[in-house]
Amino acid sequence: MKKGQFFRSMPGIGLAAALLIALPFVAALGGQAWVRILDFAILYVFLALGLNIVVGLAGLLDLGYIAFYAVGAYTWALLASPHFGLHWPIWAILPLGAGLACFAGVLLGSPTLKLRGDYLAIVTLGFGEIVRIFLNNLNAPINVTNGPQGITLIDPVSFGAFKFSGATQILGVSLSGPQKYYFLLVALAILVIIINVRLQNSRVGRAWQAIREDEIAAKAIGINTRNLKLLAFAMGASFGGVAGGIFSAMQGFVSPESFSLIESIMILAMVVLGGMGHIPGVILGAVLLTVLPEVLRYGVGPLQMAVFGKMLVDPESLRMLIFGLALVLVMRFKPAGLWPSPERQRELQETGK
Amino acid sequence: MDIFLQQIINGLVQGSIYALVALGYTMVYGIMGLINFAHGEVVMIGTLVTITVAGSLIKAGMPVALAGLAGLMAAVLVCMALGWALERVAYRPLRNAPRLTPLITAIGMSIVLQNLAMMIWGRNYLTFPALLPKIDFEFAGANFTAIQIIIVLVSAATMGGLLLLVYRTKLGMAMRATAQNPAVASLMGVNINRVIAAAFVIGSALGAVAGVMVGAYYEIAHYQMGFMLGLKAFTAAVLGGIGNLAGAMLGGILLGIIEALGAGYIGDLTGGFLGSHYQDIFAFVVLIVVLMFKPSGLFGEKTGDRA
Amino acid sequence: MQARLSVVALSVAAAFALSACGQKEEPKPVAAPAPAAKPEVVVKLGHVAPMTGPQAHLGKDNENGAVLAVEELNAKGMEIGGAKVKFVLVNEDDAADPKQGAIVAQKLVDAKVNGVIGHLNSGTTIPASKLYADAGIPQISGSATNPKYTQQGFATAFRVMANDVQQGKSLGEFAVKQGVKTVAIVDDRTAYGQGLADEFRKAAEAAGIKVVASEYTTDKATDFKAILTKIKSTKAELVFFGGMDAQGGPMAKQMKELGIKARFLGGDGICTPEFMKLGGPATEGQFCSLPGMPLEKLAKGPAFREKFTKKFGGEIQLYAPYVYDAVMVMADSMQRADSVDPVKFLPAVGKTKYDGVTAMIEFDALGDLKGGAISIYKYTAGKLEYVETLGGSPLDAAKADLKEAVADVKDAAKAVAGAATAVGKEAVGEAKEAAKAAAEAGKDVVKAGAAAVKDAAEATKAAAEKK
Repeated sequence: MKKGQFFRSMPGIGLAAALLIALPFVAALGGQAWVRILDFAILYVFLALGLNIVVGLAGLLDLGYIAFYAVGAYTWALLASPHFGLHWPIWAILPLGAGLACFAGVLLGSPTLKLRGDYLAIVTLGFGEIVRIFLNNLNAPINVTNGPQGITLIDPVSFGAFKFSGATQILGVSLSGPQKYYFLLVALAILVIIINVRLQNSRVGRAWQAIREDEIAAKAIGINTRNLKLLAFAMGASFGGVAGGIFSAMQGFVSPESFSLIESIMILAMVVLGGMGHIPGVILGAVLLTVLPEVLRYGVGPLQMAVFGKMLVDPESLRMLIFGLALVLVMRFKPAGLWPSPERQRELQETGK
Repeated sequence: MDIFLQQIINGLVQGSIYALVALGYTMVYGIMGLINFAHGEVVMIGTLVTITVAGSLIKAGMPVALAGLAGLMAAVLVCMALGWALERVAYRPLRNAPRLTPLITAIGMSIVLQNLAMMIWGRNYLTFPALLPKIDFEFAGANFTAIQIIIVLVSAATMGGLLLLVYRTKLGMAMRATAQNPAVASLMGVNINRVIAAAFVIGSALGAVAGVMVGAYYEIAHYQMGFMLGLKAFTAAVLGGIGNLAGAMLGGILLGIIEALGAGYIGDLTGGFLGSHYQDIFAFVVLIVVLMFKPSGLFGEKTGDRA
Repeated sequence: MQARLSVVALSVAAAFALSACGQKEEPKPVAAPAPAAKPEVVVKLGHVAPMTGPQAHLGKDNENGAVLAVEELNAKGMEIGGAKVKFVLVNEDDAADPKQGAIVAQKLVDAKVNGVIGHLNSGTTIPASKLYADAGIPQISGSATNPKYTQQGFATAFRVMANDVQQGKSLGEFAVKQGVKTVAIVDDRTAYGQGLADEFRKAAEAAGIKVVASEYTTDKATDFKAILTKIKSTKAELVFFGGMDAQGGPMAKQMKELGIKARFLGGDGICTPEFMKLGGPATEGQFCSLPGMPLEKLAKGPAFREKFTKKFGGEIQLYAPYVYDAVMVMADSMQRADSVDPVKFLPAVGKTKYDGVTAMIEFDALGDLKGGAISIYKYTAGKLEYVETLGGSPLDAAKADLKEAVADVKDAAKAVAGAATAVGKEAVGEAKEAAKAAAEAGKDVVKAGAAAVKDAAEATKAAAEKK
């Protein structure tokens, strides 16, 4: 899964592609649940990369990122479910969800972007909670979101007659629902990665990095910091919106409890743990933090049995304990993340800052 | 009018608790520029330790007041040790790391502490032993209890003590110097490590006191109680201007009163469209509005850029 | 366990796991055709509840209920399809998170469980139910009360507890009976609390009760003074709370501190020992409801409580008896269908008529509990005291039950007789199987009939006492 220099070369890309294509079939040997976990891992890669634009590139600490995800998810849920009796097609909803999320990003960003660091963090955190609480309560006086009951029977992704739920035969290969979503998500993720890479090396991306490093200096050399920060917010938010739409379709059910603060924190943890501003690092962080709790869930119990011969500690408590410890330890020994960008690593070594 | 007074009392008591917890955040932030996300868990541990200690002492036949005091002492000691350990293990090694790194460590520690507490005290809600006799007062149509008065008094006394410490002692001077500029302070002979550790330890002790207050007031505790409380208190600290002690206290009390009045009146003001279901967002809305006009909080001084 | 480990390894190093997973076999084939000797068939029952997070204590309680049921079934030694059956519980944690709920549901589908007990929360039960429905695995929840769960139209979704509509309605009826004129409604903005409060509101308003305040809190709150102060100013006679014990207890206490004299009423979420523990003396005289009849009034209730506390050393929290019944209904359906294959025994689940700990369990077309009687309790002297049972006239219901039971007994007798002749003819193979099934069914129906008679007598007595 590594994508270092080697993968810039043709055989490298070929190998990576082969791995990506084979992965869901390999995972399916362990059960469709693992394919589903993979799906979520990629969904989180998607989200983490979106947040990476805001936090990693532009250096804006956003603790309410999940709000945009929620906007996308509810856009899909409302426009493709029996709730309003609407069943719009994907090419209409997904861009609309992204657009609405983008609008929400601008709405949040425009009054708050002059705030610095931790003040911005708490305001975005508040915004995330505000969105969730509104979703939870907009069932009266007019029932828009159906409140805490959530929305059920949401349409799966479909292109014409080709539905993404349930198994189908393609070219003699049987593909399950989660496997189809896997390929859709991988395609979208690759798109996001390309956009991220292009952005990072573009004029805009460099301007963001300048703002991240020193806002005053950036302003002094003529960068329109306000507009560029807004752009970062809007771009990050649109990715969140798209991810939300897919989540909605994949789950078939959304309710406000899926969009709590802890989700925002988890996505931020993925970005920071992997290596802020470094795309392969962020991907690694997202995959690790999605898969690790699952591995622990099924690994801790049997492991205890094997080592001690009996259950000493309730595996469920131990799972989260180990997860928390892992966060602490990784940050302790790799403060710039597991796979930081080379420049960042150099900085750390040189200045100790 | 009796409702208004009652709501003010409700808010004042809740706000005093927020203020005590907010002090823990603001002390650490003021000195290190670090959000100690695990502070809410310290408060939780404080409550649970008191339950265990005071509860077992009462069972052993000790007078209630004495057992309560012993519980408080135990909580303060445990939390001070915890604060010290947190700083030592999770934050000190990262002092020169990128700014977001300690934030993730803090989240990690928060998860660890919650799950440790779950292993020790179980998943159930626990009841806090009744430490104080139930005395109800009525004043101008508003009801309040002895414990509410005690909470406000203890909070005020603790905060006063803290202000004395920071502005009248040598340690306080060292703290202020470190907050201004750690490098220069260390050149002046201030032991930065000790000062920062002291900030953590004192903040945690305040957290323990807050934990005991919360426990005694609601008579209920749970291993997840720290998270929401911490979040609100942190909001309060930012509202007042994070890093500013007086700001944290006033921010806390203000937040408590805003929440109470918001829940009490917003429904009538908006003709029932916005009701108490939006109670939790008043705090954030006020915060956003305040920060739009005063970007460093109500009482925060205009500081330079903290990279 | 070996198989599990290899699954884990898979995610770490997919390539490595490829070979390991090749060895992963289902531990024992399900519903194996019965060979000559008596084989042991392993029946896997999935159980899902939150084991982490704020509702972990309820999740553990649910799991205990399921564990108890499975152990009893195994001790009893059931025979299905001519093979000895061993029930195994596959526990999963959904952390009350819908996303986790879907993942563990998929996990259970992959593990080819024969049936699923759970989940605890409606929020996770609903998205998971789609996966079970697609896989054709019967799902019986002991605690998901959101009406939507069964309204989605899945044939596999059942619950052994009255839903929020049934409960909210009965609570409304009770408020009317108490002669309440004004009520304040509080809900905790969860799917459960809001659903219950809305149904209560409908019933109360329909009966002419004035709703003078609608206030809201969250399922994480501990301070309710602000909303209670507002309620106090409306002078409501009754405060209805749609939510759980962890909020209800402190809320009752804070009502008392504020000098609010109104009564406090809530659903099954506050009918727990926890509510009393957390509310202290303030819970005295307050009302709550539980679906079905009180444990003490039920033939098997006290025995169940005794078994439970003996085994787990603690009080029943809330849903354990319902989860216990859910397991039993699942097993009972398998026995009646004489198969552990979900395809074969699913129809039998719908036709359940099982005398459980909590109620006489029958399902309607949607999979909801039929009848769904709701009992009201009052906290008196630190105990839950039974007040009355609502939901249809108990006397009529009892009579109807009695008639049906008699008819069933007759049918059963016929079936037994038929079986006897079949055996008499010394028919082998299928005929013998059929006979056994019929006899088994007959026995059950007789048992059920007897229970119904007992229920009826109980209800009659209660009705007489009321008069």
